[in-house]
Amino acid sequence: MDPSRGAISELPIKAEVRNFNFHYGEFHALKDVTMPLCERKVTALIGPSGCGKSTLLRSFNRMHDLYAGNRYGGEIILHPDQTNLLDPRVDPIEVRMRLSMVFQKPNPFPKSIYENVIYGQRVRGVTKRSVLDDKAEEALRAAALWGEVKHRLHDMAFALSGGQQQRLCIARALATDPEVLLFDEPTSALDPIVTASIEELIHQLKEKVTILIVTHNMQQAARVSDFTAYMYLGELIEFGYTEEIFIKPRDKRTEDYITGRFG
Amino acid sequence: MSEHLSKQFDSELDSIRAHVTRMGGLVEEQLRGALSAFGESDHELSRLIIERDKGVDELEVAIDTACANIVARRQPTAIDLRMVMAVSKTVTDLERIGDEAKKIAKATRKIIERGNGGCLAQVLQVRHMGEQTASMLHEILDAFVRLDFAAAAHIVRRDKEVDQHFRATVRQLITYMMEDPRTISSALDVIFIAKSIERVGDHCKNIAEDVIYIAKGRDVRHLGLKGLVREMDVP
Repeated sequence: MDPSRGAISELPIKAEVRNFNFHYGEFHALKDVTMPLCERKVTALIGPSGCGKSTLLRSFNRMHDLYAGNRYGGEIILHPDQTNLLDPRVDPIEVRMRLSMVFQKPNPFPKSIYENVIYGQRVRGVTKRSVLDDKAEEALRAAALWGEVKHRLHDMAFALSGGQQQRLCIARALATDPEVLLFDEPTSALDPIVTASIEELIHQLKEKVTILIVTHNMQQAARVSDFTAYMYLGELIEFGYTEEIFIKPRDKRTEDYITGRFG
Repeated sequence: MSEHLSKQFDSELDSIRAHVTRMGGLVEEQLRGALSAFGESDHELSRLIIERDKGVDELEVAIDTACANIVARRQPTAIDLRMVMAVSKTVTDLERIGDEAKKIAKATRKIIERGNGGCLAQVLQVRHMGEQTASMLHEILDAFVRLDFAAAAHIVRRDKEVDQHFRATVRQLITYMMEDPRTISSALDVIFIAKSIERVGDHCKNIAEDVIYIAKGRDVRHLGLKGLVREMDVP
């Protein structure tokens, strides 16, 4: 409850999507999307399947570069240095260090727990053992996994439970010291208890990083996010404080979707 | 409002609205009954009103339980959420209106049993206030069904008039008491009745604010009339 909260435009902005368009070949998947990501806040993207929310999320760390025929238009600006993430001159590997992604299904590499976490550091060329050890512990602690794995860091990652694997992936994402964490339905493959622990973790992580999360679970968006964006058919229909979206949305289409009148 | 994908959810919400309408009808009947028992000095009717208050209480509990069930099972959002939240408050106000009707009936019974207050029942201001609040209650129940926020805003304004009538009634009764001290006990009972009627106006106003909250998503409590008008202009 914060009745004194101000206009969104007055909050510190970590990233901005400006007149963003995206084409999969001929298909116009995102249409002129403009929205901010407020710094150290959680923004949720919701909308029916095919609305473009995952496409938008993946554009942030240039995942679409991997396929020919995909086209970006407009800008995604990362502050404070005003880097346009979509600029072809910007190295996508560097982008992915600054904006880490956590996927729907836990996808640890077929390596040890330790090697999974420090993978990004190794890619960066860090070899000093003490630096890597510190980084591994820091990231595992931040992902609320350290206590459970500290005695078996060199076991295979696949030996962990589903929830632990997902937290390992979060630790791996954190180990590059990202400024933004991108979550693509991070709990849809997990049970409710593990889901609650991941949501709690998201709440803790926003002290340090800005978070963008795609979720099919509207109640999850309501629980974890500060801001919610509703997307439909490639357009951003409404963006605002989560409480406002869930109590008094401005747009009829948002209201129909979140109340389950969408048909 | 279009339908939910879940027909069951629709029928649960419909059932809550139907129960509120039924409770509203019952409360209105109670209020009009109590007022007419007072106006006609009808002892038997007073007794009936007091007895029937239980039915109002039972509906309040049933509707509140249904609201809690919807929150637990459906996690309503947006207009559905506002509806459930506001219904829960509205039934509290309806139940209190029922209590006020019971108080009016009890005071009426005392006046009749005392046997010297017949002339007081003719206090025109009180009857006028009674008419006014009963029609406010009728209108606000109607506005609730239609989610008519303009009609609801009108009720908020009318409550001011009831408050003025109440003050006038008290002045009038004071003159009765000064002229004939034997009427003091009954005149006090009539003041309690007038106070109950005035409270009914307040509860109608609260329900009106709930209707505005459901329809517009704006909390207009404690804003005053000017603030209310300003909020109503915002789309």
